[in-house]
Amino acid sequence: METLIAVITIFVLAIFVGFEIITKVPPILHTPLMSGSNAISGITLIGAILSAGTKLTLLTTVLGFLAVIFATINVVGGFLVTHRMLKMFKRRE
Amino acid sequence: MTLTLINLTYLIASVLFIFGLKGLTHPRTSLRGNMLGALGMLLAVVVTLIDRHIVSYEIIFIGLFAGSVIGIVLALKVQMTAMPQMVALLNGFGGGASTLVAGAALIETIHGEGILNAQFTIATAASGIIGAVTFWGSMVAFAKLHEIISGRPIHFSGQQILNAVTGLFSLIIGVLIILNPANTDLYWVLIIISSVLGILLVIPIGGADMPVVIALLNSYSGMAAAATGFVLNNNILIITGSLVGASGIVLTRIMCKAMNRSLMNVLLGVTGTIKKSAISADEFYKGRVKSATPEEVAMLFETARRVVIVPGYGLAISQAQHAVRDLANLLESRGVVVEFAIHPVAGRMPGHMNVLLAEADIPYEKLKEMDVINPTFEQTDVAVVIGANDVVNPLARTDPKSPIAGMPILNVDKARSVVVIKRSLSPGFAGIPNPLFAADNTLMLFEDGKKGVHDLIAALKEI
Repeated sequence: METLIAVITIFVLAIFVGFEIITKVPPILHTPLMSGSNAISGITLIGAILSAGTKLTLLTTVLGFLAVIFATINVVGGFLVTHRMLKMFKRRE
Repeated sequence: MTLTLINLTYLIASVLFIFGLKGLTHPRTSLRGNMLGALGMLLAVVVTLIDRHIVSYEIIFIGLFAGSVIGIVLALKVQMTAMPQMVALLNGFGGGASTLVAGAALIETIHGEGILNAQFTIATAASGIIGAVTFWGSMVAFAKLHEIISGRPIHFSGQQILNAVTGLFSLIIGVLIILNPANTDLYWVLIIISSVLGILLVIPIGGADMPVVIALLNSYSGMAAAATGFVLNNNILIITGSLVGASGIVLTRIMCKAMNRSLMNVLLGVTGTIKKSAISADEFYKGRVKSATPEEVAMLFETARRVVIVPGYGLAISQAQHAVRDLANLLESRGVVVEFAIHPVAGRMPGHMNVLLAEADIPYEKLKEMDVINPTFEQTDVAVVIGANDVVNPLARTDPKSPIAGMPILNVDKARSVVVIKRSLSPGFAGIPNPLFAADNTLMLFEDGKKGVHDLIAALKEI
């Protein structure tokens, strides 16, 4: 129960931080915001790495392997495409 | 000791993610922000690799390599006009990964690794539902945006009942998993039903409502990661997932407000069922529309001091962003002030038009938000509408019975002259005629966006 309260505390506080920051993002950056925030939501990758590397059963290894691929596409593709877009906004300076 | 190091690094990564998002609040700091986020991710991944539970690295590295190659190819190949479907695809992969991880965690726990408690089972069920809905919802959105399937809303009788039943069914299976987690087959049943739910939820939505769906799926992918964080009792997943979940919700709200519709209304695809207006479009426009040649439009520009360009989805379809840049430069070289008016839902995702215009090297200071530019239309000599329709339809202000009544629009009709570059008089997503096209101060240039702008440039140079 103690740990549950602790993680819920973190969850709620993080939501507030998210609302505070995101409401300040100007509309011209909304597309990079989506792709960039999308890339960090690929943090599931660390869970995927553990499942794939622990090799507990064949099924968990396969699931972990697929999850590593999916999450890596999400992370690498997300950060890179965001970088491409933001570079265009920056070019004039 | 190792565990302390891992958790401390996760904390640092979380802080970097927050700074990264904060960097996105201004174009000047945004590039650094994105890099901070990527650095946080790199730290988190590297430190995870030293976890003592890992017995084999081959599979991990093959997965990381394959995913990186696919991710790099996608990110470098995608055209800026195709960004909405790219984001949809990435959302889907993130949600799918969360679901798979939660499934693997369930099996591991049944095998005696970790603690099987209420938090674990509830979170696993939640991750299964949200992740599968995100994955399949995103795939349908991708297929619609990429025109693999029709982008129009798909409706059939009993649709809402079917959706409700499917949603209820997946909740029931979720509860069964919570009550009896040892039966891991139930998890796969849950995934199948939630996958169907994800498809059903997105097929009735189409066209101009896509920005809302993309934003919402963005939020779901974050929530799926947060739920997986509760499954694994992992703070960084919870923190990051909630940040992204909140971000998607904020964007969804902004999009809904910009269309003056409730989220429910968009999700149920209500617009698609609007009945045809009493008079046909032909009668509506008959004898009132003035078609102009590029030369006639160029004459307007000759005396103009201030021009506002209003881009819409049509600009993206015809890839006209570079042509528009040339037109703006040409006008500016003649001493005309040129600005761009960006409606929040123009295009197929939040900020779509800004990215396209930035791609064409148009400085972001010239891209004006609706609230900033609207009061200036009365002092505007020529407003040039390229491939936009519903977002400049004055009926939103004047006709309370119109399906777009109350939607905030760009007040283009208040400009001294209006030029609309559009292939035909076909209606926008709302399916209604646009009095702007028939207004006294409007000239229609019936042409594809890019071709029309090119013709205009040629005509301007002749003068």
